[in-house]
Amino acid sequence: MGATSGGRASGPSRPWRALNRAYHGRRRLGIGSLLGLPLTWMLVIYLGSLVMLVVSALYELDPVTQKPTSTFTTANLSAAFTEWDTVWVVIRTAGVALLVTVICFLISLPVAFFVSKVAWRWARRGIVVAMLLPLWAGYLVKGYAWRAMVSPAGNQFAAAGRGGGGFLESTFGWTPGYGRVAIVITLVYFWLPYMVLPIYAGLDRLPASLLDASGDLGARPLRTFRSVILPLLLPSIAAGSIFTFSLSMGDYIVPQIVNQGEERFLFGSVINGVLGAPNQPLAAALTLWPLLIIIMYLLAMKRLGAFENL
Amino acid sequence: MRLSLPARAALCLITIATLLFLYLPLVVVARLSFNPAKSVAWPGWSGYTTDWWSKAWESDAPREALLNSCKVALVATVIALVLGTLAAMAMTRFGFFGKDVVSFLLVLPIALPGIVTGIALQNTFSRTIDLGLFSFKVGFGFHSLVIAHATFCVVVAYNNVVARLRRSSPNLLEASADLGAHGSQTFRYITFPLVRSAMLAGGILAFALSFDEIVVTTFTAGSGFETLPQWILANFSRPQNVPLVNVMATFVMIVSIPLAWLAQRLSDGGDGGDGGAGR
Repeated sequence: MGATSGGRASGPSRPWRALNRAYHGRRRLGIGSLLGLPLTWMLVIYLGSLVMLVVSALYELDPVTQKPTSTFTTANLSAAFTEWDTVWVVIRTAGVALLVTVICFLISLPVAFFVSKVAWRWARRGIVVAMLLPLWAGYLVKGYAWRAMVSPAGNQFAAAGRGGGGFLESTFGWTPGYGRVAIVITLVYFWLPYMVLPIYAGLDRLPASLLDASGDLGARPLRTFRSVILPLLLPSIAAGSIFTFSLSMGDYIVPQIVNQGEERFLFGSVINGVLGAPNQPLAAALTLWPLLIIIMYLLAMKRLGAFENL
Repeated sequence: MRLSLPARAALCLITIATLLFLYLPLVVVARLSFNPAKSVAWPGWSGYTTDWWSKAWESDAPREALLNSCKVALVATVIALVLGTLAAMAMTRFGFFGKDVVSFLLVLPIALPGIVTGIALQNTFSRTIDLGLFSFKVGFGFHSLVIAHATFCVVVAYNNVVARLRRSSPNLLEASADLGAHGSQTFRYITFPLVRSAMLAGGILAFALSFDEIVVTTFTAGSGFETLPQWILANFSRPQNVPLVNVMATFVMIVSIPLAWLAQRLSDGGDGGDGGAGR
Protein backbone atom coordinates (compact mmCIF):
# COMPACT_ATOMS: atom_id res chain seq x y z
CA MET A 1 0.00 0.00 0.00
CA GLY A 2 1.26 3.47 -0.81
CA ALA A 3 0.92 4.84 2.69
CA THR A 4 3.82 7.20 2.29
CA SER A 5 2.44 9.24 -0.59
CA GLY A 6 3.12 12.92 -0.32
CA GLY A 7 4.70 13.14 3.09
CA ARG A 8 4.12 16.88 3.25
CA ALA A 9 6.34 18.61 5.75
CA SER A 10 3.90 21.35 6.68
CA GLY A 11 1.24 20.51 9.26
CA PRO A 12 -2.51 20.44 8.76
CA SER A 13 -4.38 23.63 8.04
CA ARG A 14 -5.97 25.69 10.79
CA PRO A 15 -9.43 24.18 11.11
CA TRP A 16 -7.86 20.71 11.15
CA ARG A 17 -5.45 21.79 13.86
CA ALA A 18 -8.30 23.05 15.98
CA LEU A 19 -10.13 19.80 15.45
CA ASN A 20 -7.05 17.77 16.34
CA ARG A 21 -6.60 19.75 19.52
CA ALA A 22 -10.22 19.23 20.45
CA TYR A 23 -9.91 15.48 20.03
CA HIS A 24 -6.48 15.08 21.54
CA GLY A 25 -6.62 12.76 24.53
CA ARG A 26 -10.42 12.75 24.61
CA ARG A 27 -11.30 9.11 24.22
CA ARG A 28 -15.02 9.51 24.73
CA LEU A 29 -15.30 12.25 22.15
CA GLY A 30 -13.45 9.99 19.71
CA ILE A 31 -15.74 7.02 20.33
CA GLY A 32 -18.79 9.24 20.25
CA SER A 33 -18.10 10.90 16.96
CA LEU A 34 -17.04 7.71 15.24
CA LEU A 35 -19.84 5.56 16.55
CA GLY A 36 -22.53 8.24 16.89
CA LEU A 37 -23.83 8.23 13.35
CA PRO A 38 -23.85 4.47 12.65
CA LEU A 39 -25.19 3.66 16.10
CA THR A 40 -27.97 6.23 15.85
CA TRP A 41 -28.96 4.88 12.44
CA MET A 42 -29.09 1.29 13.67
CA LEU A 43 -30.82 2.15 16.94
CA VAL A 44 -33.43 4.53 15.57
CA ILE A 45 -34.25 2.96 12.23
CA TYR A 46 -33.59 -0.70 12.84
CA LEU A 47 -34.05 -1.40 16.54
CA GLY A 48 -36.79 1.23 16.70
CA SER A 49 -38.67 -0.54 13.93
CA LEU A 50 -38.29 -3.91 15.63
CA VAL A 51 -39.67 -2.49 18.87
CA MET A 52 -42.56 -0.83 17.05
CA LEU A 53 -43.27 -4.12 15.32
CA VAL A 54 -43.56 -5.92 18.65
CA VAL A 55 -45.75 -3.15 20.02
CA SER A 56 -48.00 -3.20 16.96
CA ALA A 57 -48.81 -6.84 17.71
CA LEU A 58 -50.62 -5.66 20.83
CA TYR A 59 -53.38 -3.74 19.08
CA GLU A 60 -56.71 -4.89 17.82
CA LEU A 61 -57.61 -4.96 14.15
CA ASP A 62 -60.68 -3.06 13.03
CA PRO A 63 -62.70 -5.75 11.23
CA VAL A 64 -64.31 -3.22 8.89
CA THR A 65 -61.45 -0.99 7.77
CA GLN A 66 -58.86 -3.77 8.30
CA LYS A 67 -56.57 -1.20 9.90
CA PRO A 68 -55.01 -1.50 13.34
CA THR A 69 -56.93 0.38 16.05
CA SER A 70 -55.61 1.76 19.32
CA THR A 71 -57.38 -0.84 21.45
CA PHE A 72 -54.98 -2.97 23.46
CA THR A 73 -55.33 -6.74 23.15
CA THR A 74 -53.33 -9.90 23.68
CA ALA A 75 -55.49 -11.88 21.28
CA ASN A 76 -52.95 -11.69 18.45
CA LEU A 77 -50.20 -13.00 20.66
CA SER A 78 -52.25 -15.89 21.96
CA ALA A 79 -53.41 -16.71 18.43
CA ALA A 80 -49.83 -16.71 17.21
CA PHE A 81 -48.46 -18.78 20.06
CA THR A 82 -51.22 -21.21 20.93
CA GLU A 83 -52.93 -22.20 17.69
CA TRP A 84 -51.60 -25.65 16.92
CA ASP A 85 -51.77 -25.09 13.17
CA THR A 86 -49.37 -22.18 13.43
CA VAL A 87 -47.09 -23.85 15.95
CA TRP A 88 -46.85 -26.88 13.70
CA VAL A 89 -45.73 -24.76 10.73
CA VAL A 90 -43.10 -23.15 12.98
CA ILE A 91 -41.80 -26.56 14.05
CA ARG A 92 -41.77 -27.75 10.44
CA THR A 93 -39.92 -24.62 9.30
CA ALA A 94 -37.34 -24.98 12.08
CA GLY A 95 -36.97 -28.62 11.02
CA VAL A 96 -36.37 -27.62 7.40
CA ALA A 97 -33.85 -24.97 8.52
CA LEU A 98 -32.04 -27.58 10.64
CA LEU A 99 -32.07 -30.08 7.79
CA VAL A 100 -30.64 -27.48 5.41
CA THR A 101 -27.98 -26.62 7.99
CA VAL A 102 -26.99 -30.27 8.47
CA ILE A 103 -26.81 -30.93 4.72
CA CYS A 104 -24.74 -27.77 4.20
CA PHE A 105 -22.41 -28.90 6.99
CA LEU A 106 -22.03 -32.41 5.56
CA ILE A 107 -21.12 -31.00 2.13
CA SER A 108 -18.93 -28.17 3.46
CA LEU A 109 -16.76 -30.26 5.74
CA PRO A 110 -15.10 -32.52 3.12
CA VAL A 111 -14.93 -29.65 0.64
CA ALA A 112 -13.33 -27.24 3.10
CA PHE A 113 -10.98 -29.96 4.32
CA PHE A 114 -9.93 -30.74 0.78
CA VAL A 115 -9.32 -27.10 -0.08
CA SER A 116 -7.38 -26.20 3.06
CA LYS A 117 -5.35 -29.36 3.65
CA VAL A 118 -5.20 -31.48 0.50
CA ALA A 119 -5.47 -29.27 -2.60
CA TRP A 120 -2.36 -27.83 -4.20
CA ARG A 121 -1.36 -24.62 -2.50
CA TRP A 122 -1.78 -22.49 -5.63
CA ALA A 123 -5.32 -23.76 -6.24
CA ARG A 124 -6.68 -23.00 -2.75
CA ARG A 125 -7.65 -19.35 -3.11
CA GLY A 126 -9.04 -20.05 -6.54
CA ILE A 127 -11.37 -22.81 -5.34
CA VAL A 128 -12.59 -20.78 -2.36
CA VAL A 129 -13.35 -17.79 -4.59
CA ALA A 130 -15.10 -20.10 -7.06
CA MET A 131 -17.27 -21.35 -4.20
CA LEU A 132 -18.17 -17.81 -3.16
CA LEU A 133 -18.92 -16.25 -6.53
CA PRO A 134 -22.34 -17.89 -7.05
CA LEU A 135 -23.44 -16.12 -3.85
CA TRP A 136 -23.50 -12.93 -5.88
CA ALA A 137 -25.36 -14.25 -8.89
CA GLY A 138 -28.60 -12.89 -7.45
CA TYR A 139 -31.02 -14.57 -5.10
CA LEU A 140 -33.94 -14.60 -7.51
CA VAL A 141 -31.75 -15.53 -10.42
CA LYS A 142 -30.61 -18.63 -8.56
CA GLY A 143 -34.10 -19.48 -7.37
CA TYR A 144 -35.34 -19.11 -10.90
CA ALA A 145 -32.46 -21.27 -12.13
CA TRP A 146 -33.67 -24.09 -9.89
CA ARG A 147 -37.17 -23.63 -11.16
CA ALA A 148 -35.81 -24.32 -14.62
CA MET A 149 -33.67 -27.20 -13.34
CA VAL A 150 -36.40 -29.19 -11.60
CA SER A 151 -39.28 -28.34 -13.94
CA PRO A 152 -41.13 -31.62 -14.58
CA ALA A 153 -42.35 -32.72 -18.02
CA GLY A 154 -45.94 -31.81 -18.73
CA ASN A 155 -45.62 -28.67 -16.64
CA GLN A 156 -47.65 -25.80 -18.02
CA PHE A 157 -44.52 -23.86 -18.89
CA ALA A 158 -42.69 -26.83 -20.33
CA ALA A 159 -45.70 -27.60 -22.52
CA ALA A 160 -45.04 -24.56 -24.70
CA GLY A 161 -41.66 -25.99 -25.70
CA ARG A 162 -40.83 -29.53 -26.69
CA GLY A 163 -43.09 -30.90 -24.01
CA GLY A 164 -40.02 -32.12 -22.16
CA GLY A 165 -38.92 -31.46 -18.61
CA GLY A 166 -36.25 -29.17 -17.25
CA PHE A 167 -32.54 -29.89 -17.23
CA LEU A 168 -32.63 -32.62 -14.58
CA GLU A 169 -35.43 -34.61 -16.15
CA SER A 170 -34.16 -34.49 -19.71
CA THR A 171 -30.53 -35.14 -18.75
CA PHE A 172 -30.82 -37.64 -15.90
CA GLY A 173 -34.39 -38.78 -16.42
CA TRP A 174 -35.22 -37.83 -12.85
CA THR A 175 -36.45 -34.68 -11.15
CA PRO A 176 -37.86 -34.02 -7.71
CA GLY A 177 -40.41 -31.79 -9.44
CA TYR A 178 -41.83 -28.77 -7.68
CA GLY A 179 -42.35 -29.46 -3.99
CA ARG A 180 -40.67 -29.98 -0.64
CA VAL A 181 -37.54 -31.72 -1.95
CA ALA A 182 -36.98 -28.91 -4.43
CA ILE A 183 -37.35 -26.38 -1.61
CA VAL A 184 -34.66 -28.07 0.48
CA ILE A 185 -32.30 -28.43 -2.52
CA THR A 186 -32.75 -24.77 -3.44
CA LEU A 187 -32.18 -23.60 0.14
CA VAL A 188 -29.02 -25.72 0.39
CA TYR A 189 -27.90 -24.25 -2.91
CA PHE A 190 -28.48 -20.71 -1.66
CA TRP A 191 -26.71 -20.91 1.67
CA LEU A 192 -23.99 -23.53 1.12
CA PRO A 193 -21.19 -20.98 0.50
CA TYR A 194 -21.98 -19.34 3.86
CA MET A 195 -21.06 -22.64 5.53
CA VAL A 196 -18.03 -23.45 3.37
CA LEU A 197 -16.29 -20.14 4.04
CA PRO A 198 -16.10 -20.15 7.87
CA ILE A 199 -15.24 -23.87 7.99
CA TYR A 200 -12.48 -23.31 5.46
CA ALA A 201 -11.19 -20.33 7.47
CA GLY A 202 -11.31 -22.42 10.66
CA LEU A 203 -9.43 -25.33 9.10
CA ASP A 204 -6.92 -22.93 7.61
CA ARG A 205 -6.09 -21.62 11.07
CA LEU A 206 -5.61 -25.15 12.36
CA PRO A 207 -1.85 -25.81 12.36
CA ALA A 208 -0.84 -28.85 10.36
CA SER A 209 1.56 -29.79 13.15
CA LEU A 210 -1.44 -30.48 15.39
CA LEU A 211 -2.75 -33.05 12.94
CA ASP A 212 0.72 -34.54 12.54
CA ALA A 213 1.07 -34.77 16.31
CA SER A 214 -2.22 -36.57 16.55
CA GLY A 215 -1.11 -38.98 13.85
CA ASP A 216 2.26 -39.52 15.57
CA LEU A 217 0.44 -40.39 18.76
CA GLY A 218 -1.21 -43.20 16.85
CA ALA A 219 -4.60 -41.67 16.05
CA ARG A 220 -6.17 -42.75 12.80
CA PRO A 221 -7.63 -39.99 10.61
CA LEU A 222 -11.14 -40.61 11.92
CA ARG A 223 -9.98 -40.33 15.53
CA THR A 224 -7.96 -37.19 14.73
CA PHE A 225 -11.05 -35.74 13.14
CA ARG A 226 -13.24 -36.51 16.16
CA SER A 227 -10.86 -35.54 18.93
CA VAL A 228 -8.79 -32.75 17.41
CA ILE A 229 -10.40 -31.16 14.39
CA LEU A 230 -14.05 -31.14 15.38
CA PRO A 231 -13.65 -29.48 18.82
CA LEU A 232 -11.40 -26.77 17.38
CA LEU A 233 -13.73 -26.26 14.45
CA LEU A 234 -16.88 -25.85 16.52
CA PRO A 235 -16.92 -22.00 16.54
CA SER A 236 -16.53 -21.93 12.76
CA ILE A 237 -19.35 -24.43 12.27
CA ALA A 238 -21.51 -22.37 14.60
CA ALA A 239 -20.72 -19.22 12.61
CA GLY A 240 -21.70 -20.89 9.35
CA SER A 241 -24.85 -22.36 10.82
CA ILE A 242 -26.10 -18.89 11.80
CA PHE A 243 -26.51 -18.10 8.14
CA THR A 244 -27.80 -21.43 6.92
CA PHE A 245 -30.28 -21.68 9.77
CA SER A 246 -31.63 -18.17 10.02
CA LEU A 247 -31.72 -17.48 6.31
CA SER A 248 -33.71 -20.69 5.76
CA MET A 249 -35.93 -19.93 8.73
CA GLY A 250 -37.29 -16.72 7.24
CA ASP A 251 -37.42 -17.61 3.59
CA TYR A 252 -40.72 -17.28 1.82
CA ILE A 253 -39.68 -16.64 -1.76
CA VAL A 254 -38.29 -20.11 -2.46
CA PRO A 255 -41.66 -21.79 -1.81
CA GLN A 256 -43.18 -19.39 -4.32
CA ILE A 257 -40.67 -20.36 -6.96
CA VAL A 258 -40.14 -24.12 -6.69
CA ASN A 259 -43.25 -25.18 -4.81
CA GLN A 260 -46.62 -24.76 -6.35
CA GLY A 261 -49.83 -25.39 -4.50
CA GLU A 262 -48.70 -25.93 -0.93
CA GLU A 263 -48.84 -22.44 0.49
CA ARG A 264 -48.32 -23.06 4.18
CA PHE A 265 -45.20 -25.21 4.06
CA LEU A 266 -42.78 -22.63 5.44
CA PHE A 267 -43.55 -20.10 8.12
CA GLY A 268 -42.50 -17.10 6.03
CA SER A 269 -45.36 -17.81 3.61
CA VAL A 270 -47.83 -17.92 6.51
CA ILE A 271 -46.70 -14.51 7.75
CA ASN A 272 -46.86 -13.09 4.26
CA GLY A 273 -50.35 -14.49 3.77
CA VAL A 274 -51.60 -12.98 7.03
CA LEU A 275 -50.02 -9.64 6.15
CA GLY A 276 -51.75 -9.66 2.81
CA ALA A 277 -55.09 -10.62 4.43
CA PRO A 278 -54.56 -7.82 5.58
CA ASN A 279 -54.01 -8.33 9.28
CA GLN A 280 -50.93 -6.35 10.23
CA PRO A 281 -51.18 -6.93 14.02
CA LEU A 282 -51.41 -10.71 13.67
CA ALA A 283 -48.57 -10.72 11.13
CA ALA A 284 -46.50 -8.71 13.62
CA ALA A 285 -47.32 -11.23 16.36
CA LEU A 286 -46.29 -14.06 14.05
CA THR A 287 -42.90 -12.48 13.28
CA LEU A 288 -42.10 -12.86 16.97
CA TRP A 289 -41.58 -16.56 16.30
CA PRO A 290 -38.63 -16.24 13.93
CA LEU A 291 -37.41 -13.23 15.92
CA LEU A 292 -37.29 -15.19 19.19
CA ILE A 293 -35.97 -18.40 17.66
CA ILE A 294 -33.17 -16.64 15.85
CA ILE A 295 -32.15 -14.41 18.72
CA MET A 296 -32.00 -17.51 20.94
CA TYR A 297 -30.01 -19.28 18.25
CA LEU A 298 -27.62 -16.32 17.91
CA LEU A 299 -27.05 -16.21 21.66
CA ALA A 300 -26.39 -19.96 21.78
CA MET A 301 -23.93 -19.67 18.89
CA LYS A 302 -22.27 -16.68 20.54
CA ARG A 303 -21.48 -18.94 23.50
CA LEU A 304 -19.76 -21.30 21.09
CA GLY A 305 -17.58 -18.41 19.93
CA ALA A 306 -19.27 -18.00 16.58
CA PHE A 307 -19.08 -14.21 16.50
CA GLU A 308 -15.29 -14.17 16.34
CA ASN A 309 -15.61 -16.26 13.18
CA LEU A 310 -18.25 -14.35 11.27
CA MET B 1 -2.29 -36.72 9.50
CA ARG B 2 -1.65 -38.68 6.32
CA LEU B 3 -4.71 -39.46 4.29
CA SER B 4 -4.66 -42.43 1.97
CA LEU B 5 -4.81 -41.83 -1.76
CA PRO B 6 -8.42 -43.07 -2.11
CA ALA B 7 -9.48 -40.74 0.72
CA ARG B 8 -7.85 -37.78 -0.96
CA ALA B 9 -9.35 -38.72 -4.31
CA ALA B 10 -12.79 -38.96 -2.71
CA LEU B 11 -12.41 -35.51 -1.15
CA CYS B 12 -11.34 -34.15 -4.52
CA LEU B 13 -14.36 -35.68 -6.21
CA ILE B 14 -16.75 -34.25 -3.61
CA THR B 15 -15.24 -30.81 -4.17
CA ILE B 16 -15.60 -31.08 -7.94
CA ALA B 17 -19.19 -32.30 -7.57
CA THR B 18 -19.96 -29.35 -5.27
CA LEU B 19 -18.55 -26.89 -7.77
CA LEU B 20 -20.68 -28.49 -10.49
CA PHE B 21 -23.72 -28.25 -8.21
CA LEU B 22 -23.01 -24.54 -7.70
CA TYR B 23 -22.46 -23.62 -11.33
CA LEU B 24 -24.72 -25.95 -13.28
CA PRO B 25 -28.01 -24.05 -12.62
CA LEU B 26 -26.34 -20.82 -13.68
CA VAL B 27 -25.15 -22.38 -16.93
CA VAL B 28 -28.64 -23.76 -17.53
CA VAL B 29 -30.24 -20.32 -17.22
CA ALA B 30 -27.61 -18.74 -19.45
CA ARG B 31 -28.26 -21.38 -22.09
CA LEU B 32 -32.03 -20.93 -21.79
CA SER B 33 -31.67 -17.23 -22.56
CA PHE B 34 -30.61 -18.27 -26.09
CA ASN B 35 -33.37 -20.83 -26.36
CA PRO B 36 -35.69 -20.35 -29.37
CA ALA B 37 -38.68 -21.86 -27.53
CA LYS B 38 -40.62 -19.93 -24.88
CA SER B 39 -40.20 -22.42 -22.06
CA VAL B 40 -37.95 -23.64 -19.30
CA ALA B 41 -37.90 -27.13 -20.82
CA TRP B 42 -34.31 -28.15 -21.44
CA PRO B 43 -33.58 -27.72 -25.16
CA GLY B 44 -30.28 -29.59 -25.22
CA TRP B 45 -27.24 -27.82 -26.62
CA SER B 46 -28.45 -27.16 -30.13
CA GLY B 47 -30.63 -24.32 -31.41
CA TYR B 48 -29.68 -20.78 -30.53
CA THR B 49 -31.22 -17.38 -30.98
CA THR B 50 -30.29 -13.93 -29.75
CA ASP B 51 -33.82 -12.61 -30.37
CA TRP B 52 -34.71 -12.51 -26.68
CA TRP B 53 -31.65 -10.45 -25.90
CA SER B 54 -32.57 -7.78 -28.41
CA LYS B 55 -36.19 -7.96 -27.30
CA ALA B 56 -35.18 -7.49 -23.65
CA TRP B 57 -33.03 -4.55 -24.68
CA GLU B 58 -36.04 -2.90 -26.32
CA SER B 59 -38.52 -3.58 -23.51
CA ASP B 60 -39.11 -0.67 -21.19
CA ALA B 61 -40.20 -2.46 -18.00
CA PRO B 62 -37.09 -4.59 -17.39
CA ARG B 63 -34.77 -1.76 -18.40
CA GLU B 64 -36.44 0.68 -16.05
CA ALA B 65 -36.37 -1.91 -13.26
CA LEU B 66 -32.66 -2.40 -13.89
CA LEU B 67 -32.02 1.35 -13.66
CA ASN B 68 -34.08 1.59 -10.47
CA SER B 69 -32.06 -1.23 -8.91
CA CYS B 70 -28.81 0.52 -9.81
CA LYS B 71 -29.93 3.86 -8.37
CA VAL B 72 -31.08 2.36 -5.07
CA ALA B 73 -27.94 0.23 -4.76
CA LEU B 74 -25.66 3.18 -5.47
CA VAL B 75 -27.11 5.51 -2.83
CA ALA B 76 -27.54 2.74 -0.25
CA THR B 77 -23.92 1.70 -0.78
CA VAL B 78 -22.59 5.20 -0.18
CA ILE B 79 -24.55 5.51 3.08
CA ALA B 80 -23.53 2.01 4.18
CA LEU B 81 -19.87 2.72 3.45
CA VAL B 82 -19.83 5.86 5.56
CA LEU B 83 -21.66 4.25 8.47
CA GLY B 84 -19.78 0.95 8.24
CA THR B 85 -16.33 2.54 8.06
CA LEU B 86 -17.00 4.85 11.00
CA ALA B 87 -18.26 1.93 13.09
CA ALA B 88 -15.29 -0.23 12.08
CA MET B 89 -12.83 2.47 13.13
CA ALA B 90 -14.54 2.89 16.48
CA MET B 91 -14.72 -0.85 17.12
CA THR B 92 -11.07 -1.55 16.33
CA ARG B 93 -9.53 1.49 17.97
CA PHE B 94 -11.40 1.63 21.23
CA GLY B 95 -12.56 -0.78 23.88
CA PHE B 96 -15.69 0.38 25.66
CA PHE B 97 -18.64 -0.72 27.69
CA GLY B 98 -21.33 -2.32 25.54
CA LYS B 99 -19.01 -3.11 22.64
CA ASP B 100 -20.46 -6.62 22.37
CA VAL B 101 -23.97 -5.22 22.13
CA VAL B 102 -22.92 -2.90 19.32
CA SER B 103 -21.37 -5.74 17.32
CA PHE B 104 -24.52 -7.79 17.92
CA LEU B 105 -26.67 -4.90 16.68
CA LEU B 106 -24.57 -4.50 13.54
CA VAL B 107 -24.88 -8.19 12.62
CA LEU B 108 -28.58 -8.41 13.41
CA PRO B 109 -29.99 -7.07 10.11
CA ILE B 110 -28.41 -9.88 8.08
CA ALA B 111 -28.86 -12.56 10.74
CA LEU B 112 -32.57 -11.88 11.17
CA PRO B 113 -34.74 -13.13 8.34
CA GLY B 114 -35.53 -10.56 5.70
CA ILE B 115 -39.22 -10.96 6.34
CA VAL B 116 -38.87 -9.72 9.94
CA THR B 117 -36.76 -6.74 8.87
CA GLY B 118 -39.12 -6.09 5.98
CA ILE B 119 -42.34 -6.13 7.98
CA ALA B 120 -40.75 -4.09 10.78
CA LEU B 121 -39.59 -1.36 8.40
CA GLN B 122 -42.86 -1.42 6.47
CA ASN B 123 -44.72 -0.89 9.73
CA THR B 124 -42.51 2.05 10.64
CA PHE B 125 -42.57 3.69 7.22
CA SER B 126 -46.35 3.49 6.95
CA ARG B 127 -46.99 5.23 10.25
CA THR B 128 -47.21 8.91 11.00
CA ILE B 129 -44.51 9.46 13.57
CA ASP B 130 -45.40 12.17 16.03
CA LEU B 131 -42.41 13.76 17.72
CA GLY B 132 -44.38 16.42 19.59
CA LEU B 133 -42.89 19.42 17.80
CA PHE B 134 -43.60 18.01 14.38
CA SER B 135 -44.82 14.82 12.86
CA PHE B 136 -43.82 13.08 9.66
CA LYS B 137 -44.38 9.97 7.65
CA VAL B 138 -41.58 8.22 5.77
CA GLY B 139 -43.85 6.70 3.16
CA PHE B 140 -42.74 4.44 0.33
CA GLY B 141 -40.71 4.81 -2.83
CA PHE B 142 -37.09 5.34 -3.76
CA HIS B 143 -36.15 6.88 -0.42
CA SER B 144 -37.68 4.14 1.73
CA LEU B 145 -35.84 1.50 -0.29
CA VAL B 146 -32.57 3.37 0.16
CA ILE B 147 -33.06 3.56 3.93
CA ALA B 148 -33.95 -0.14 4.16
CA HIS B 149 -31.11 -1.29 1.93
CA ALA B 150 -28.51 0.90 3.61
CA THR B 151 -29.50 -0.64 6.96
CA PHE B 152 -28.58 -4.19 5.99
CA CYS B 153 -25.63 -3.15 3.82
CA VAL B 154 -23.82 -1.47 6.73
CA VAL B 155 -22.66 -4.83 8.04
CA VAL B 156 -20.99 -5.73 4.72
CA ALA B 157 -18.97 -2.52 4.63
CA TYR B 158 -18.26 -2.88 8.35
CA ASN B 159 -17.05 -6.50 8.02
CA ASN B 160 -14.61 -5.65 5.25
CA VAL B 161 -13.10 -2.60 6.90
CA VAL B 162 -12.96 -4.21 10.34
CA ALA B 163 -11.15 -7.25 8.91
CA ARG B 164 -8.56 -5.00 7.27
CA LEU B 165 -8.06 -2.86 10.38
CA ARG B 166 -7.69 -5.94 12.60
CA ARG B 167 -5.02 -7.32 10.32
CA SER B 168 -3.06 -4.09 10.24
CA SER B 169 -0.74 -3.40 13.11
CA PRO B 170 -1.76 -0.78 15.71
CA ASN B 171 1.94 0.11 15.80
CA LEU B 172 1.41 2.04 12.58
CA LEU B 173 -0.87 4.51 14.36
CA GLU B 174 1.53 4.79 17.28
CA ALA B 175 4.47 5.30 14.97
CA SER B 176 2.54 8.00 13.18
CA ALA B 177 1.79 9.76 16.45
CA ASP B 178 5.39 9.36 17.63
CA LEU B 179 6.56 11.05 14.47
CA GLY B 180 4.41 14.02 15.40
CA ALA B 181 1.42 13.45 13.12
CA HIS B 182 -1.92 14.80 14.25
CA GLY B 183 -5.09 12.75 14.23
CA SER B 184 -6.21 14.08 10.86
CA GLN B 185 -2.81 13.43 9.29
CA THR B 186 -2.74 9.89 10.64
CA PHE B 187 -6.13 9.30 9.09
CA ARG B 188 -5.14 10.81 5.78
CA TYR B 189 -1.74 9.17 5.37
CA ILE B 190 -2.09 5.93 7.33
CA THR B 191 -5.63 4.78 8.08
CA PHE B 192 -7.36 5.76 4.87
CA PRO B 193 -4.77 4.31 2.45
CA LEU B 194 -4.86 1.16 4.57
CA VAL B 195 -8.61 0.66 4.35
CA ARG B 196 -9.16 2.16 0.90
CA SER B 197 -9.24 -1.12 -1.00
CA ALA B 198 -11.25 -2.82 1.76
CA MET B 199 -13.80 0.00 1.46
CA LEU B 200 -13.97 -0.49 -2.28
CA ALA B 201 -14.46 -4.23 -1.83
CA GLY B 202 -17.11 -3.65 0.84
CA GLY B 203 -18.76 -1.13 -1.45
CA ILE B 204 -18.97 -3.57 -4.33
CA LEU B 205 -20.38 -6.30 -2.11
CA ALA B 206 -22.89 -3.91 -0.55
CA PHE B 207 -23.94 -2.82 -4.02
CA ALA B 208 -24.41 -6.44 -5.08
CA LEU B 209 -26.34 -7.24 -1.91
CA SER B 210 -28.69 -4.32 -2.44
CA PHE B 211 -29.02 -5.02 -6.14
CA ASP B 212 -30.11 -8.62 -5.47
CA GLU B 213 -32.32 -8.07 -2.46
CA ILE B 214 -35.94 -9.08 -2.82
CA VAL B 215 -37.54 -9.76 0.57
CA VAL B 216 -37.04 -6.45 2.35
CA THR B 217 -37.55 -4.77 -1.01
CA THR B 218 -41.01 -6.27 -1.46
CA PHE B 219 -42.12 -4.79 1.86
CA THR B 220 -40.53 -1.36 1.58
CA ALA B 221 -40.80 -0.41 -2.09
CA GLY B 222 -44.44 0.59 -2.21
CA SER B 223 -46.44 0.17 -5.36
CA GLY B 224 -44.95 2.75 -7.71
CA PHE B 225 -41.36 1.60 -7.68
CA GLU B 226 -40.06 -1.67 -9.12
CA THR B 227 -36.53 -3.06 -8.89
CA LEU B 228 -35.13 -5.75 -11.17
CA PRO B 229 -35.59 -8.63 -8.68
CA GLN B 230 -39.19 -7.51 -8.21
CA TRP B 231 -39.70 -7.50 -11.96
CA ILE B 232 -38.28 -11.04 -12.20
CA LEU B 233 -40.49 -12.23 -9.33
CA ALA B 234 -43.56 -10.74 -10.99
CA ASN B 235 -42.80 -12.24 -14.39
CA PHE B 236 -41.18 -15.65 -14.02
CA SER B 237 -44.54 -17.41 -13.95
CA ARG B 238 -45.96 -15.58 -16.96
CA PRO B 239 -45.26 -17.91 -19.89
CA GLN B 240 -44.96 -15.11 -22.44
CA ASN B 241 -42.29 -13.38 -20.32
CA VAL B 242 -40.19 -16.45 -19.50
CA PRO B 243 -37.64 -15.69 -22.27
CA LEU B 244 -37.16 -12.12 -21.03
CA VAL B 245 -36.72 -13.39 -17.47
CA ASN B 246 -34.03 -15.78 -18.75
CA VAL B 247 -32.22 -12.89 -20.40
CA MET B 248 -32.42 -10.55 -17.40
CA ALA B 249 -31.31 -13.33 -15.04
CA THR B 250 -28.34 -14.12 -17.26
CA PHE B 251 -27.54 -10.42 -17.53
CA VAL B 252 -27.46 -10.08 -13.73
CA MET B 253 -25.06 -13.03 -13.49
CA ILE B 254 -22.77 -11.67 -16.20
CA VAL B 255 -22.52 -8.34 -14.43
CA SER B 256 -22.42 -9.36 -10.79
CA ILE B 257 -20.11 -12.37 -10.81
CA PRO B 258 -17.06 -10.52 -12.25
CA LEU B 259 -17.76 -7.64 -9.85
CA ALA B 260 -17.82 -10.05 -6.91
CA TRP B 261 -14.55 -11.52 -8.16
CA LEU B 262 -13.03 -8.05 -8.29
CA ALA B 263 -14.21 -7.35 -4.74
CA GLN B 264 -12.61 -10.58 -3.61
CA ARG B 265 -9.31 -9.58 -5.18
CA LEU B 266 -9.48 -6.15 -3.58
CA SER B 267 -10.21 -7.37 -0.09
CA ASP B 268 -7.37 -9.88 -0.35
CA GLY B 269 -5.07 -7.05 -1.30
CA GLY B 270 -3.23 -4.86 1.16
CA ASP B 271 -1.14 -7.52 2.82
CA GLY B 272 -1.54 -10.60 0.70
CA GLY B 273 -3.97 -11.58 3.40
CA ASP B 274 -5.70 -14.60 4.73
CA GLY B 275 -9.33 -14.51 3.79
CA GLY B 276 -11.39 -12.06 5.78
CA ALA B 277 -13.11 -11.40 2.51
CA GLY B 278 -16.39 -10.62 4.14
CA ARG B 279 -19.60 -11.47 2.44
